[in-house]
Amino acid sequence: MKKSLTTVTFCGTPEQEAKLVEIIAGYKDVPGSMMPIMQEAQSIYGYLPIEVMQIIARETGAPLEEIYGIATFYAQFKLNPNGKYAIAVCLGTACYVKGAGALVDKISQELNLPVDSTTPDGKYSLEATRCIGACGLAPVMTVNGDVYGRLVPEQIPGILAKYKD
Amino acid sequence: MEMITVTINGKNYTVEKGCTVLEAAKAAKIDIPTLCYLKDINEIGACRLCLVEVAEKRGDALGPYRMVTACVYPATDGMSVLTNTPKIAASRKMNLELLLSNHNKQCLSCVRSTNCELQQLCRDYGVEESHFGGAVTESKIDDSSVSIIRDNSKCVLCRRCVAACKKTQGIGVIGANNRGFDTQIGCAFESPLAETSCINCGQCIVACPVGALYERDDTDKVFEALADPAKHVVICTAPSVRAQIGECFDYEPGTDVEGKMVAALKALGFDGVYDMNLTADLTIVEEANELLGRIQNGGALPLITSCSPGWVKYCEHYFPEMTENLSSCKSPQQMFGAIVKTYYADKMGWDPKDIFMVSAIPCTAKKFEVGRADQSAAGVPDVDVAITTRELGRMIKKAGINFRALDDAAFDDPFAIGSGAGAIFGATGGVMEAALRYAAEVIQGKKLEKLEFVEVRGVEGIKTASYKVGDLTVNVAVASGTANAKALLNKIKAGELDVQFVEIMACPGGCVNGGGQPHQPASVRMNMDLRAVRAAVLYNDDKNADVRTSQDNLAVQKIYDEFLGAPNSHKAHEILHTTYVKRGL
Repeated sequence: MKKSLTTVTFCGTPEQEAKLVEIIAGYKDVPGSMMPIMQEAQSIYGYLPIEVMQIIARETGAPLEEIYGIATFYAQFKLNPNGKYAIAVCLGTACYVKGAGALVDKISQELNLPVDSTTPDGKYSLEATRCIGACGLAPVMTVNGDVYGRLVPEQIPGILAKYKD
Repeated sequence: MEMITVTINGKNYTVEKGCTVLEAAKAAKIDIPTLCYLKDINEIGACRLCLVEVAEKRGDALGPYRMVTACVYPATDGMSVLTNTPKIAASRKMNLELLLSNHNKQCLSCVRSTNCELQQLCRDYGVEESHFGGAVTESKIDDSSVSIIRDNSKCVLCRRCVAACKKTQGIGVIGANNRGFDTQIGCAFESPLAETSCINCGQCIVACPVGALYERDDTDKVFEALADPAKHVVICTAPSVRAQIGECFDYEPGTDVEGKMVAALKALGFDGVYDMNLTADLTIVEEANELLGRIQNGGALPLITSCSPGWVKYCEHYFPEMTENLSSCKSPQQMFGAIVKTYYADKMGWDPKDIFMVSAIPCTAKKFEVGRADQSAAGVPDVDVAITTRELGRMIKKAGINFRALDDAAFDDPFAIGSGAGAIFGATGGVMEAALRYAAEVIQGKKLEKLEFVEVRGVEGIKTASYKVGDLTVNVAVASGTANAKALLNKIKAGELDVQFVEIMACPGGCVNGGGQPHQPASVRMNMDLRAVRAAVLYNDDKNADVRTSQDNLAVQKIYDEFLGAPNSHKAHEILHTTYVKRGL
């Protein structure tokens, strides 16, 4: 699926940047180090917005587009941060056949939020995940680690209401 | 050089060890179709159209035949290659049909119709219609740039443009985003091309096998002006256009069609048809004096040429700290407009506003240059519209002019004379050679016996030479293609190279290989170095020219006598020089 760009304001700190710059310096002259650099950058910031990719471009000399191309190719790289409430709907086989697609649609509609993105205020993020191993409870969603199982779309507004503040 | 023997379609050929099957097939005079492969630019085996069957030697016997991609598969000794079996033809046809299943097939309105490599292959392989319907990747046209337009609905994801941008030019503002069915070529964070550090060189357009990339068509503006009786519509043609435009009319690359080109422009109705070689000469006089001035008075050195607008924008984005080194001279195109709208307007009693100045150039970056700040000597833009060789070819066809049947015509006075030095501007090293001819004669105060500076000629990416000019030793360097420019500038910055004068052209080989040149398919580029073939036209023009140095161009002398005064005078600075911007990334 095409990755969507974030609308959340970047809140990186100078400390985070210094750490990333130091990590990149460690990879100087290591061929093929773009993937590990991007992985470490994501572990520092939680995601890879333009500001972070610009730091990587500046420090490695690689074109920004090359980094963006890699970030949009691999599923492991996130262009959106986790929201304050990170909602994840399992789209593994069991959840999918039990109607997880409808859950995603319902959440997406309730929060006006496309899949794999984050609301501009950074409050909610919605992610479609692979199997989380709770097939007995299919279809399953989690919000910051709270697990909700055997769901139908009608339950969604009630669950979201718990995460208003 | 170690050689190996390869059997191609049953006949033995001796080829260089280490070459690919595709290169080996050249020996058998076989063109294997390629959509993604482009010589020296892209070798990734992605399009699967170069499929051939090969059997490799196993001991004394031949192994089984297997399908491989010829563009990346190495030829080995004793290998047997089949390039034309029913199985291969069926596979290629199938791959074409699969490509067409996600392709905007509006060929009738496509700018590349009749010279599209995909269309040609579909014809060759008898692809009647796509058997595969279904979803089509959604895409938008990016027409943000004044030079380059991208229509991904026609893209075949061959990545030639990506390689041209990143590898040849060292820029990399375009690449493949997302994956699988969603893959599209675009810029980082889906920005419009105009908002990136693209230099508008157009090498992506020249590499594109289909109609996914094309120049912004400005020909309507020219036709409109030509139809306006209140406008004085004049055109000047860059040195290399005469060496390229024949290709739009099925002449062999490397055919000089200057006379017919001028005749066609007159037939189109231009009020004046002028030779930009003249302002190439003017550029040399200004630039060589600027160089001597900087050497004597301690200005920023090395002085770097500023004729190539792609290079100028590259410098502003990627080496902003070196913009002081750029010559303040406008490019020959802009000087032409400036002189026409000041000197000539005065002379003719015309209001500069009523002059419509067109330039015909082998370049897409010139479309950006006409809109730059500080390029309006008469208070109106020096040049109104810059059209590429391809657009000019289309204009001539649209006007129904039978180009091949035209009698030769000559450029119009008072801008008819261009020296041989001006002519070679279109090839890498040409500006350098022209400047050296000027500097050598002016400093030594006597005519040169030998005008050729062969060390700076040729298609090599970076050339260096050292010349003794009077008491001065001048070290020079020439680079073409911005990846080479980057390598050269980094050396200069690191102090590894001591040079006083540098020529840089954005396009590999110079203007003869510019982004606005006529398209030539991969099969032609495989067998011919267009850069050298077209440059030969210009060097030949120079050899046969009556006037071979800029200082001997009487038309240029007249402009100084009647109008500018002396080279680098205050007036010359106001009209012929410009300023730069530190853009950064």
